[in-house]
Amino acid sequence: MARIDLVDLAHSYSGAGADPASFALKPTSMTWRQGGAYALLGPSGCGKTTLLNIISGIVRPSRGKVLFDGKDVMALTTQQRNIAQVFQFPVIYDTMTVGENLAFPLKNRGLPRTEIEARVHEIAELLDLTPYLARRANRLTADAKQKISLGRGLVRADVAAVLFDEPLTVIDPGLKWELRSKLKVLHRALDLTMIYVTHDQTEALTFADTVVVMHEGSVVQTGTPEELFVRPDHTFVGYFIGSPGMNVLPAKVQGRQAWVAGHALGLQRSYALPADARIEIGIRPEFVRLAPPAPGLVTAQVERIDDLGRSRFARVRVGDLRLAASVPNGVAATGNGAGLVFDRAQIHVYVNSRRVEGTA
Amino acid sequence: MEKITNQKAWLLVLPVFALVAFSAVIPLMTVVNYSVQDTFGNNKFFWNGVGWYQELLDPTTELGGRFFASLWRNLAFSAIVLAIEIPLGIVVALAMPRQGWGVAFSLVVLALPLLIPWNVVGTIWQIFGRSDIGLLGWTLNRMGFDYNYVADPIDAWLTIIVMDVWHWSSLVALLCYAGLKSIPDAYYQAASIDGASRWAVFTAIQLPKMRHVLVIAALLRFMDSFMIYTEPFVVTGGGPGNSTTFLSIELVKLALGQFDLGKAAAMSIVYMLIIIIVCWVFFTVMTNAGRDRETSGGGP
Repeated sequence: MARIDLVDLAHSYSGAGADPASFALKPTSMTWRQGGAYALLGPSGCGKTTLLNIISGIVRPSRGKVLFDGKDVMALTTQQRNIAQVFQFPVIYDTMTVGENLAFPLKNRGLPRTEIEARVHEIAELLDLTPYLARRANRLTADAKQKISLGRGLVRADVAAVLFDEPLTVIDPGLKWELRSKLKVLHRALDLTMIYVTHDQTEALTFADTVVVMHEGSVVQTGTPEELFVRPDHTFVGYFIGSPGMNVLPAKVQGRQAWVAGHALGLQRSYALPADARIEIGIRPEFVRLAPPAPGLVTAQVERIDDLGRSRFARVRVGDLRLAASVPNGVAATGNGAGLVFDRAQIHVYVNSRRVEGTA
Repeated sequence: MEKITNQKAWLLVLPVFALVAFSAVIPLMTVVNYSVQDTFGNNKFFWNGVGWYQELLDPTTELGGRFFASLWRNLAFSAIVLAIEIPLGIVVALAMPRQGWGVAFSLVVLALPLLIPWNVVGTIWQIFGRSDIGLLGWTLNRMGFDYNYVADPIDAWLTIIVMDVWHWSSLVALLCYAGLKSIPDAYYQAASIDGASRWAVFTAIQLPKMRHVLVIAALLRFMDSFMIYTEPFVVTGGGPGNSTTFLSIELVKLALGQFDLGKAAAMSIVYMLIIIIVCWVFFTVMTNAGRDRETSGGGP
């Protein structure tokens, strides 16, 4: 049980002297609160696994330090940090039974037999592994093996945090959902800090109460799933979260007015922006509605309609720009021409990819 | 699911059958043929039934006595060699570097003994061990050891065992190294998180993951050592006395030294059956090892 602080942490696999732009993890400071369920979300190669391995002590960072409850743990080994980690592929000790696998970390720490037994049964019960305790672990299915890997972490009474490195990669889609709900239940039952690395936004948003989005080695936004959706701080977050992603359109912004491809859009707030910066506006497809052409609306060419079952999205073109817009029920998207209705409260303004707040 | 019956498949395996017939079965049949007949030359053969086999398997006869003596000798040799080379190979593989220039270097050094022709290996050790001019033999004698592999059976055995260990431990080490390399890093990371000691990492991860290559290594080393001929023949010629006369040396003496084709053929057949049976037992035991604790019941 611990609060984890990262202080000015940075890492390069080619040493501290490497070009700062090439760092796998750019200087990062943040705090993981005790008992929180966090997701580290980002595409492959964004540095999320590096960050995870630094916390667990597998990778030594080029710079900065990690504090557990305010105590510097940089000198401690993975084992001494009391971290549990679940890897992408299940790690199972082949020759042992499920029970022996779960008992292994305790046996290594020299706990008395009776205590080990009690602990193993308790954890097996939590993970629904009790019927398999006497079976050999290497014949079980991938999801059971992942549960065992997790169980080996949880069996230690004093784990500081549980780290998951894309743990559901090899699990059948149907079982993913089940295992994920299991994790949520465990999180609530055990009051553990859990950090879950994934590139799957659904996994991240359903598991975590705080999602940390990473992009090219740096953290671009930390927030609740709702914050990430409604107010993306970085165009990458808008694009990466949500399906389809946010529309990011080059624009000219002056005061309460934005011009996109020659069309004027009203903004809710007023902006005074530097002249030489790259200005974009971002709006989620959910907040752009397709409507019959009418004077005063932005006119668009409909390219195609994607029917996602519960909702429909239109791919449209405004001048040279392409964007996605929602198609409300009852709107027949026939013909090519259509109008677009922008929800002005949901338009965000980005300067050099970062969101800026306007003034009222 | 319905099984598909298609007799055409026989046609497809026919070439393999033909090849195996020519390369193995037909030559083998000529040996079987010899083993049930007696000959005094001139290409004249007399039916002898299972006579040679009866004589061979009866330790009280001259032939049976020689056969069992060399059989026990050979089994002892294989057992000693396996008992040394397998653990030694594992230790060497564990000690080898995992990355950097050391990998290529140690691989080349390990592969060197394997590249030397067998009778050259024999010649090297024959000279190396000589007490008058050999580096090893001379040094040992100067240090006060009475070492002479030509006269002393124990010295002869030691020389041949050390030679075989020198020649073949690399093979075991290379196979084990390949097995070790295939273990993903996550296993070691998980083990260090679980607080496993070096020994626990070895018994819980490395040894189980090496099981399959160890089966292969043990099988290869058993078969090779059980059929060993060239090296001891070059070093000791089977002596002193008969103390290093292994099965294959005995067989050659019988077939080419005495021209007892019938006896030699019967011995060949029994020799081959022993190898096949021992290998089968080995393979079955080692591939099933560790499965015994399996209990019935469906997966989760």
